[in-house]
Formats: sequence, structure tokens, C-alpha cells
Amino acid sequence: MAVIDLANPTRFLTLVDRVLPWLAGVTALVFAYGLYRVLGAPDDYQQGATVKIMFLHVPAAWLGMMGWSVMTVAALGTLVWRHPLADVAGKSAAPIGAAFTFICLVTGALWGRPTWGTYWVWDARLTSVLVLFLLYLGMLALYWAAEDPNRGARAAAILALVGAVNIPIIKFSVEWWNTLHQPASIMRAGGAAIDASILTPLLIMALAFTLLFFTLHFAAMRNEILRRRVRTMRMMQARGA
Amino acid sequence: MSPFLALLARDMKLAIRVGGGALMGALFYFIVVAMMPFAIGPDLNLLARIGPAILWLGALLASLLALDRLFATDHDDGSLDLLMMGAMPLELAVAAKAIAHWLTTAVPLIVITPVLGLMLNIDMSSMGWVALTLLAGTPALTFIGLIGAALAVVLRRGGLLLAVLVLPLTIPVLIFGVAAANAALVGPAPFGPPFTILCALSLASLVLGPVAAAAALRQGLE
Repeated sequence: MAVIDLANPTRFLTLVDRVLPWLAGVTALVFAYGLYRVLGAPDDYQQGATVKIMFLHVPAAWLGMMGWSVMTVAALGTLVWRHPLADVAGKSAAPIGAAFTFICLVTGALWGRPTWGTYWVWDARLTSVLVLFLLYLGMLALYWAAEDPNRGARAAAILALVGAVNIPIIKFSVEWWNTLHQPASIMRAGGAAIDASILTPLLIMALAFTLLFFTLHFAAMRNEILRRRVRTMRMMQARGA
Repeated sequence: MSPFLALLARDMKLAIRVGGGALMGALFYFIVVAMMPFAIGPDLNLLARIGPAILWLGALLASLLALDRLFATDHDDGSLDLLMMGAMPLELAVAAKAIAHWLTTAVPLIVITPVLGLMLNIDMSSMGWVALTLLAGTPALTFIGLIGAALAVVLRRGGLLLAVLVLPLTIPVLIFGVAAANAALVGPAPFGPPFTILCALSLASLVLGPVAAAAALRQGLE
């Protein structure tokens, strides 16, 4: 089945109905196995059991960034190819990406408290994730403000592309700002050497999170299509009455 | 007169004459900066230290003020439709409007900055450098805001939505603007690198802003 065939919402809905239960099932299985491996992973010799927050924190951060990537691709689909499903995909990805970014911030704060002794530091990475979250909130605000879904979708597509260009610039400038201010944080310079006993569960959890993202995304796209149908039917009814 | 200059002159006239509110931005900027000591306290040393940050935040907020009127009034009276159908590329028309907006709102703000710096106990000899950072950075604020203004008119919303969309995108400008101003005032970091990056941000948004804003108008208002 080609991508263009999916332009027909009914065909897409039948595909989603067939795929979604399997996808959800696989997600649950991978999550169960991943969490089992996380329980078996050794504690950090310094941080103790709190290091296990990482298995939620890091995948959430990756998925938060992937959410904007999905929105960028969907924006190209909306503006370049006018694919009818692309704006549904973009709109559905926004709240999911925002949720993962939020999870990343919250787990980061909870992890930072025992490790660094504070919930929040103005560290380069934390700050850039915070800005990403702010951009997501702006995107959601734009969707809430739109009366007409089509106009809203195109405006959101432009904003997604502008954001995609700006996010690397923001990340770079936040890093500059951070080195300029000599932060008090004691963050280690990246976990370059991670032992396999930690890395394998982390990658399994990342896979589980990715599957969860797509399960939620497909379900949200189905809901969005149905919501638009309800809207159209209501308008037809109002016109007929 | 070329269409570009004609549009520039028209927008500047509209902004300067009655009801345009060109000086409103500068007035707002003046009031915001004058309010800061009431919140922080009249400690002149502290004010001198955070003075550049206060000036930059004030400029950032003031540049947001008149943005939602940039396209809204033209959309209401139909002249935006004429601009979109005209022979001049929409990107150029949008750029002309943005330049007129910058000349009428940002330039007065930069002109009064040395006076405000006096009130914030910033050294008079280095005040020119701070004004220079504003001169280099405010075009970026205008051209990033241009995208937000186009999106706002497409959605028929303005005000707060525009601020929510635009403010996160202006973070780099704020960072490098304040860094350059601080470098000029106290050091020890050199003035050159943040200032040149600030110029680069302005030039990049000069290209990106009109293209994105014209795309938003074309996609949204067709």
C-alpha cells in the first residue's frame, strides 16, 4: 500500500484498526521485558537506586525530540504534498511530544534532587529541554486558537518548520550562555562509557517508549479523523436544520 | 518610486500619523525600565550590574507590542489582499512592512536608551555600545515577530497568542544581546563574538522571517 492510498481516511482507519491492537500488545510486552531488565540492572555505586530514573528520563527526552521531528516531516507533507493525513499526523504528534518532554523534565527534577541536591539547575541541557517544552506549549496554543482545522494545520506547519530551524540555534545559544555563566552544577560530561548491564535495558526501554509513541500517535490520529467527521456532520446538520 | 519604497513610506506614514502609535513602543519601554527599580530596589550598584538585562528585556517586550497590528489592520481593510495579488513578490512586501515597523518602533527605542542607561547607573562612555547591541539585535526581534504576526492574522487571533509563539524563538537574541552588552560594560569576555553572532541572527532572520511569513499568509488566506 503506497502512502498516497492512505490519503483516503476510511482506508487509513481500517489499517489503524487492524494494526493498533498488535502494536499496543507488542508495546506492553516490550515494556514488561524492559522493566524486568531495569529491575535486574545494577545500582550505581554513587547514586544507588536513583539511577533507575534514567531508564524513564533518557527515553522520554529522546521521544520529546522525536515528536518535533515527526511534526516537521508532517509539516512538509502538509505544505509540499498537501497530503490530507499529514496535518492530522502533525496535530496528533504535538500533545504526545509535549507530554514526553514534560515527563523528561519531571523525572529530571526528581532525579536531580537526590543527586545534585536541587530540583532545578540552569544547566544547558535542562534549559534547552525547557525551551523545547515552551515551543510545544506555543504549538498547542496555536491549535487551540484555530477555529478552522485546515487553517490551523497550515499555520502549525509553518511554526513547526520555523521551530525545526530554530531548535539547533537555541540549543547552541543556551550552551554558550551556560558556559558564560559558569554553572554551579556538577553534571558529568556525558555518559560516554556506559556498561552493557545498564545500556541494554536502556535501549530496550527506548524501544518500548518509541513503540508507545507510535501506539499513542496512531490512536490520536484515529481520534482526530473521527473528531473531524463529527464536526463535519454537525455542520451539515446545522445547515440542514 | 518603486513599489517596495512606496509600501515602506505608506506604512511609516500610517505609523507616525494619528492613531499609528509609533512612539507608543518607546513610551512602553521607558515605563517598563522605570518600573524595574521599584521592584528591585534603588541600589545603584545592583542596577548597574543588571542594567543591560533590564534594557534588553524591555526592548523585547516593547517589540512585541505593536506586532499584532502589523497585518491585522491591512487584513481588515482589504489592502493585504491587494498586496497578495500584486506584482511585487509577497516576501518583499512583507519585508517592507517589517522594515517600516522596525524604523518606527525600534529606532525611537534605541534613541532613548542612553537616557535610560543614565537612570540605571550605566557608565555613559560605554552606553553607546549597549545601544549598538540593540541596534544590531532588534531587527532579529522584528523579523522573528513578523512570522508570529502572519500566523496571528491567519488565525484571526492576536495579543497573547503572538507573545506565546514568538517569545521562545527570541531566546538566542536575548542571550547574545545581553552577553554583548555585558561584555562591553564589564568584560572580561570579549565583545566581538557575541556581537557578531547577534548580527548573524539578525541577518538570518532577515532572510527566514519574510519567507516564512509570506508562506503563512499564502497558505492561510487563500
